[in-house]
Amino acid sequence: MTSPVEMERPEVDEAGAADTPWKTIVWNDPVNLMSYVTYVLQTLFGYSKDKATQLMLDVHHKGRAIVSSGSRDKVEVDVAKLHAAGLWATMERDR
Amino acid sequence: MRPWQRTGDEVVATLEPQEAQLLRVMIDQIRELFAARTAQAPVDELAALTGIRSGPSTAPDDRVLARLLPDFTRDDDVLAGGLRSLHEPELIDAKDGVAAVVLRTCPPDGGAVRLDDEQAAAWLSAINDVRLALGTVLEVSEDMPDELPREDPRSAHLGVYHWLTYMQESLVLAVSGE
Repeated sequence: MTSPVEMERPEVDEAGAADTPWKTIVWNDPVNLMSYVTYVLQTLFGYSKDKATQLMLDVHHKGRAIVSSGSRDKVEVDVAKLHAAGLWATMERDR
Repeated sequence: MRPWQRTGDEVVATLEPQEAQLLRVMIDQIRELFAARTAQAPVDELAALTGIRSGPSTAPDDRVLARLLPDFTRDDDVLAGGLRSLHEPELIDAKDGVAAVVLRTCPPDGGAVRLDDEQAAAWLSAINDVRLALGTVLEVSEDMPDELPREDPRSAHLGVYHWLTYMQESLVLAVSGE
């Protein structure tokens, strides 16, 4: 005999960490073109040219920039899209 | 080649025969890398039953594949492995898909290439993947010179890399209407 599996996503811990927003980071790399990074941020996230350019410049000068944030599921999708476009992206929990 | 031009709903360029052949060969190489990676994926009876595919949970040993398929997170190896296993098959499909668009729309003997916006986006991603692959092997850095000394074995390949850079930059500008 068995019972239906709980379909809810397991909580990560008791301190409300499951609600903690995640963020998507894009890292600088020597191959990706500045124009292409701006284009990708505009098309994937619907950012204005100005906002996308500013994020691209942050990546270029500071080595990384937070390009989106939200639930783990959302950020996971964002990282997958950035990888498909060839950008070097990771996700981390907001601290 | 001359830069891409926007004409109405399309972007247009003309490729020399050797440019078209070179591009197609490089795109093919990338597809072979992905095919080899897919062939290494675990054979999974569960996936066959549920249709939910899973990829390997460890990063590729090959440095080119590792750059094309990066980890999802740096902080947590277990999470990185789980996310890779979950997303890698669809990521490879996406990259293989854009490569296939280039092979469909790039005439093998060169000539005019006309792309709608969706095809142009595919070209941008596919060319970027080739540049990432080539850049990884050439160990391109921020301050890479335009030319290497002739005796450097990377010299000729760097010319190809710069040509791809030019083609991609010009296509971004044409697609953005600049």
